Amino acid sequence: MTGEWSMRSDICIIGAGVVGCALARVLSRCEADIAVLEQGADVAEGASKANSGIVHAGFDAQPGTLKARLNVEGAAMYPALCKELGVPYSQPGALVLGFSDEDRKSLEGLLRQGQENGVAGLCILSREEVLERESALSPNVRCALAAPTSGLVSPYELTYALADHAAVNGVRFLRGERVERVERTQEGLWRVMTGRGEHICRVLVNCAGAGAEAIHAMMGGAPLRIVHRRGQYILLDRMERLPVSETIFQCPTRMGKGVLVTPTVHGNLLLGPTAEDIEDGFDSSTTAEGLREVLERCRISWPEANTRLSITSFSGIRAHEERGDFIIGAVEGQKSAYEAVGIESPGLSAAPAIAEMLGAQIARECGLRAKASIAAPIARKKPFHEMNACERAAAVAENPQYGSVICRCEVVTEAEIREAIRRPVGATTIDGVKRRTRAGMGRCQGGFCAPRVAELLSEELGIPLTGITKSGGESRLLTGTIGEALKGGERQ
Amino acid sequence: MEITCINCPMGCRMRVEVEDGRVVSVSGNACGRGSLYARQECVDPRRTVTAVIPLEGGASPLSVKTSAPIPKRLIAQCMSELAEVKLSAPVQMGSVVLENVCGTGIDVVATKSVGKVII
Amino acid sequence: MSGEIRQADVLVIGAGPAGLAAAIAAREAGVERLIVLERESEPGGVLRQCIHNGFGLHRFREELTGPEYASRDVERARALGIELWTDTTVLSVDGERTVTCVSAARGLTVFSARAIVLAMGCRERPRGALGTPGTRCAGIYTAGTAQRFVNLEGGMPGKRAVILGSGDIGLIMARRMTLQGAKVLACVEIMPYSSGLNRNIVQCLDDYGIPLLLSHTVVGIHGRERLTGVTIAQVDAQRRPIPGTEQELDCDTLLLSVGLIPENELSVGAGVRLCAQTAGPEVDDALQTSVPGIFACGNVLHVHDLVDHVSSEAARAGRMAAAFAAGELAGGESVPVLDGDGVRGATPQRIRRGVGEAVTLMLRPAGVYRGAACVVTCGERELARKRAPIFTPGEMVALTLSADAAASIDGPVTVRMERS
Repeated sequence: MTGEWSMRSDICIIGAGVVGCALARVLSRCEADIAVLEQGADVAEGASKANSGIVHAGFDAQPGTLKARLNVEGAAMYPALCKELGVPYSQPGALVLGFSDEDRKSLEGLLRQGQENGVAGLCILSREEVLERESALSPNVRCALAAPTSGLVSPYELTYALADHAAVNGVRFLRGERVERVERTQEGLWRVMTGRGEHICRVLVNCAGAGAEAIHAMMGGAPLRIVHRRGQYILLDRMERLPVSETIFQCPTRMGKGVLVTPTVHGNLLLGPTAEDIEDGFDSSTTAEGLREVLERCRISWPEANTRLSITSFSGIRAHEERGDFIIGAVEGQKSAYEAVGIESPGLSAAPAIAEMLGAQIARECGLRAKASIAAPIARKKPFHEMNACERAAAVAENPQYGSVICRCEVVTEAEIREAIRRPVGATTIDGVKRRTRAGMGRCQGGFCAPRVAELLSEELGIPLTGITKSGGESRLLTGTIGEALKGGERQ
Repeated sequence: MEITCINCPMGCRMRVEVEDGRVVSVSGNACGRGSLYARQECVDPRRTVTAVIPLEGGASPLSVKTSAPIPKRLIAQCMSELAEVKLSAPVQMGSVVLENVCGTGIDVVATKSVGKVII
Repeated sequence: MSGEIRQADVLVIGAGPAGLAAAIAAREAGVERLIVLERESEPGGVLRQCIHNGFGLHRFREELTGPEYASRDVERARALGIELWTDTTVLSVDGERTVTCVSAARGLTVFSARAIVLAMGCRERPRGALGTPGTRCAGIYTAGTAQRFVNLEGGMPGKRAVILGSGDIGLIMARRMTLQGAKVLACVEIMPYSSGLNRNIVQCLDDYGIPLLLSHTVVGIHGRERLTGVTIAQVDAQRRPIPGTEQELDCDTLLLSVGLIPENELSVGAGVRLCAQTAGPEVDDALQTSVPGIFACGNVLHVHDLVDHVSSEAARAGRMAAAFAAGELAGGESVPVLDGDGVRGATPQRIRRGVGEAVTLMLRPAGVYRGAACVVTCGERELARKRAPIFTPGEMVALTLSADAAASIDGPVTVRMERS
């Protein structure tokens, strides 16, 4: 044993993004001891928390690729999956805008490609039809491809729900565990070493997203190369009426894929992303040029785009594998080694299908038996802000903590925050509470509620206020108490 | 010496000549209040110090102030003395937290009550 | 919910300085069924965390700290037996003056009020609104959040801080952080002048040797987990960063003091019309909004500099709400008050015709005016004039029309700055 802990499992999944969590949930239906190691302080810390939140219809990927097949299969699973897990999902559809004759040809190409991929309901709309549907769009639009099956989901809420359901069925989640070394034991098992402990397992699965190249190499796989493609986004506040009612893409051109304007499943408006290849797969900073570009390119679709209602900007990193397709299956030349890497867009859409496909392969090849019974997901309670007056009164009567509103902008109560911390894979940080409950997600961006959320975390987790972090690691909110600062401060 | 008047948004830059610890002339001020301020500020600058200190058993820390302005040069020393104060709740607003801070004859007092519902 | 609707003559939302003053005035005007709803666990509003002194010079002729100022109103409210519900969040207000609120102790409660006084205050502009690029690490707070952490929670948000924006809260926090043992490296202001009071620049920055960098802003934020530094740069006249002027500052904390926004989500829900200039409700001289029986005062109406002004404005709102509840508030026709040259957000936005009392107008100059006058006219007639050596956007101008002048108003009123 090399560190604070040592444990064993049958299957160890590295990476608790949407793919790792979906896979853990699928495998949790089998008789196997499963653990998930995540380097971040929470699940969904990488690309799964920072993407467009779109369940793509599936016309974008080249026919015959895994991307095309799994996108269409995954998207078809979404309505039932989200219903089962209690995750908000909607299907407002999407338009891909064309602004020239050349674009029209491209859109017709996308239409054919989509039909070949098995996407239902695609059609080309005229300029008038487009503007009739979406009056805020640029009058320069010439035509559009309509994709009625395009959906919206909150990607991190989906990931949390997948993880919680897996945990209910026995999967252990170890967060804040960065894998540093992987080796074979004498018995032919895998030994996975993190900075803090070691983990012995029979089967190892690489779902490490931006870190997948390094894990793949540690597992002895043939070289692959992940290009880190950063996408910057601007999130706008909710408004009385959003300018668009569905996802608005731009026709891909030689100049790039274009940026989108989309409602989110929570009624905000999201603009972005850029596409910049960067060296560091974990550098999710934004840049002045990037944010400017988002706005300028958005105006091609929505001329009124502005940042007056901006509540935040962020960036996410897509892990693009050079060959361009998802890589899913056994790691070549290695026994008991599997992977799902290069999962960039449409990775979120495909995730449920990726998990089923890879899970089935692992179960088959490793001889896993199905469990006799599987526990249902923990029922998701309706958020207080969505309740009507009677439901609210009943909720407070049952649990008075529903009467204590912590986040005034998004109307999130103490009861909901405590519940988010107590879930199977519960929140341990301010950001974790924010993404699970929306406390701090609104227009004041946590200015009022962060101190109170920190107090609740401190109380629930039994750690001092000064130990509470924004997002794990060294991201502490406070550097000490006033007593400590008065005595040992830098005051001359 | 040169100082900025704090009485109004004009913020007059005033030149003050001091000889043997006495102000002999003030210029650059737009009104009489500037001159008064300059005479005090250049000879004996004073500040009311406010601070917040830990309070054992209190629902919140305790806010305090010097009951009168103290010489500006003693601010840091005042804070050092406050760093050594040990208090427990409840505390009443106005009660003395630290007597004769820095030997000034001025006390530090609580500016709120802690440990008791106010209304 | 019991289904029972409670009745109130005057219902006040918020127990900060505005709400308390409004409630006290309403009770003094004879209102019996009076209720104040407050979301925090104690009354006092933001004054609870403003532990510095300097409050109350106009009203009490002495310099009080925030908690001391608040306690005077709290004591008075208690002496008058005013019913105050703390830990109670108002969820909605509608145009018929039905107010729904919730608390852990009382559950969901619905009030039907004859008159409502909105006194919810304001919030700070967060980082997202600035669009400053960089990472989303810990250590970036609005000045008010940091103030709450230090003064109410007893926690230090950092050891080495940079302040962005030189509004008064930023300046006050520069001093607070320094006194409590942190190092403040600089206060960075994008404008060529500070919007803070000279007194605060001298006593919060100069006293502690903290540089005020005018025409500078933060252009980069660094640090993956906790803030490790910011890049600042000088800006040109159009407030664009000047390439080549970047400097790195090694800090673990960035405090933002970049503006306050009246918090009017409830007002909008009730159908109250907002003024684009103030971001607060449009009101008449009785501080009545566009929805009859709903009044507004304090920072929810327009962002004030001085709590003394908040208190006096709110007391008026309380009296007017009391009169409305008693069916004694004169209504009728009103004329608009227009922002003329160099004026922003003159409040009230309307004056009732034939008002028999003096009317105080409050406004902000759009720029710095030296040796100028602020003038109120109705047609060709001058109603009031106020001279001062200097007017700045950072200092609200209060200007009173005499009862005679107010009574003489027969058409739109314009407020403008006049250079001599």
